[in-house]
Amino acid sequence: MEHFNMALVDWSRAQFALTALYHWLFVPLTLGTSFILAIMETVYVKTGKEIWKRITKFWMTLFAINFAIGVATGIILEFEFGTNWSNYSWFVGDIFGAPLAIEGIMAFFMESTFFAVMFFGWNKVSKGFHLTSTWLVAIGSNLSALWILVANAWMQNPVGMHFNPETARNEMLDFWAILFSPTAVNKFLHTISSAYVLSAIFVIGVSAWFLLKKRNLVLAKKSIVVASTFGLIMSIFMIITGDESARQVFKTQPMKFASMEGLYYGETNAPLVAIGFFEKAPSPTNPNAKEWAAKVEIPNMLSYMAALNPHAFVPGVHDLVHGNEAHNIISYYDRIKMGKLAINALNEFQLAKKAANDSTAKAALKTFETNYKYFGYGYYDNPHDLIPNVPLTFYSFHTMVGLGFWFVLLFLLALIYSVKDKLLQKRWLLYLALWTIPLAWLAQEAGWMVAEFGRQPWVVQDYMPTLSAVSNIDHTSVMITVFLFAVVFTVLLIAEIKIMLKQINQLKDGGQE
Amino acid sequence: MTELLKKIFHFYYDGFRSMTVGKRLWIIIIIKLFIIFAVFRLFFFHDFLKSNFKTDQERSNYVIEQLIKPSTNHK
Repeated sequence: MEHFNMALVDWSRAQFALTALYHWLFVPLTLGTSFILAIMETVYVKTGKEIWKRITKFWMTLFAINFAIGVATGIILEFEFGTNWSNYSWFVGDIFGAPLAIEGIMAFFMESTFFAVMFFGWNKVSKGFHLTSTWLVAIGSNLSALWILVANAWMQNPVGMHFNPETARNEMLDFWAILFSPTAVNKFLHTISSAYVLSAIFVIGVSAWFLLKKRNLVLAKKSIVVASTFGLIMSIFMIITGDESARQVFKTQPMKFASMEGLYYGETNAPLVAIGFFEKAPSPTNPNAKEWAAKVEIPNMLSYMAALNPHAFVPGVHDLVHGNEAHNIISYYDRIKMGKLAINALNEFQLAKKAANDSTAKAALKTFETNYKYFGYGYYDNPHDLIPNVPLTFYSFHTMVGLGFWFVLLFLLALIYSVKDKLLQKRWLLYLALWTIPLAWLAQEAGWMVAEFGRQPWVVQDYMPTLSAVSNIDHTSVMITVFLFAVVFTVLLIAEIKIMLKQINQLKDGGQE
Repeated sequence: MTELLKKIFHFYYDGFRSMTVGKRLWIIIIIKLFIIFAVFRLFFFHDFLKSNFKTDQERSNYVIEQLIKPSTNHK
């Protein structure tokens, strides 16, 4: 680790985290609202009732504001790949190239073309064509997300590739293995369903505000019926895909899984910590406190969650670092040794190739290939540097899960009282719905933190740690851009909130069933 | 063909003209794109490998050198 500029690594990580966190404030609302719009417009086309057109157009305006403010914030991430993460970009180039190219083409043709019809086409194209365009915008934006999430899933669980030691690039062997890896499928389904949940909460929360102000009652009530039905179905789906995602993490990223549950020592019949608080961290440089100040557990639940077996063994941080022969877990100490063998063999292979020494090159290549699956571990001397920040991962995970269950309850209550037409009398529920809007974003960001902080120090699981992925550039320029991004994104966020609030506030009463 | 192009032009032209929230959004979009492409891209985000190396071979050699750094530093 002494060979790397850790200030550069930390600032590059901070820059990427800040950009991704801000970018993700805009994206989920686009993904989910596009489908809610499509459903509302479908009702309009089916029933022919003008109120549904008014409802669709109102939410379409808020959708447009979010889309306009958020568009292109993701491009900065691509800049960062080329500038700050050039080793990584080169290393994964062939794998990332295909999904990102497909994403670019899809986003451009599907979203851009049909987006215009969706906004400008009212009364200019047929109802059917307009509705088709709205659905295609929804499908197109969600398919764009698919390719980005496939690329991210590959970083968490690299499959379907072969590393070429002559070019230092991973080459795609099986596109379908990458696209349909269980990690990619679950990541996509869990992420988009969580985006639908966020959008449903946004629609319910804004509508609740109208009801509290006794304005636009018909629009608000009908919007809540659509959003709570959509949200309830999607939140249940989100929990199912989240559960499956956890099992994938258990299989492919056991250290992340142990961190999500704050499990330091592995056990059979492992209980799930439903609510827990760690003792104060020993020091800022050692955040991984091992004692609980308080916790509430569900017996055997973690074993069941991990392996669908209530008695299964779940390894903890200690088992992964020190190994566990009884459960065939290779220690991080041994992985570091094998990783160093792989790095040395790559060096020997390069030297032998330059010297045209084929037999040495062949032997070095064999050693490299035998140990390559632990390549990234070779950059470390101390296995404890391979442990993510456990409390941060634990709290993020539990915040996300806790809020996820609250959202299901909120959708259920909103739907029940909508059907009974008692929403106006339930002001406590309307206030709760309104204040759940920021919580939906909190859950999104917490989920992102589980995925990205929990997998540290890896940028490509087991193969490439963040420290070997960064470009050899001056960290001062990275530091400056972190602050610049913070300012620009905050201004954009404030602009979005102000414009949206203005639109919501100035919507005039009108429209009957 | 000309008629079709005219129709498409008017579709967009009328659409943009009748936008209500559009003006402020367009100003934000233009400023944002300017900052992203003219400031960030130009001054802070050069493609490291493209700007420092001419061929893919050179880029490969450089990345390999970076990847085996711990090994070469130990020797």
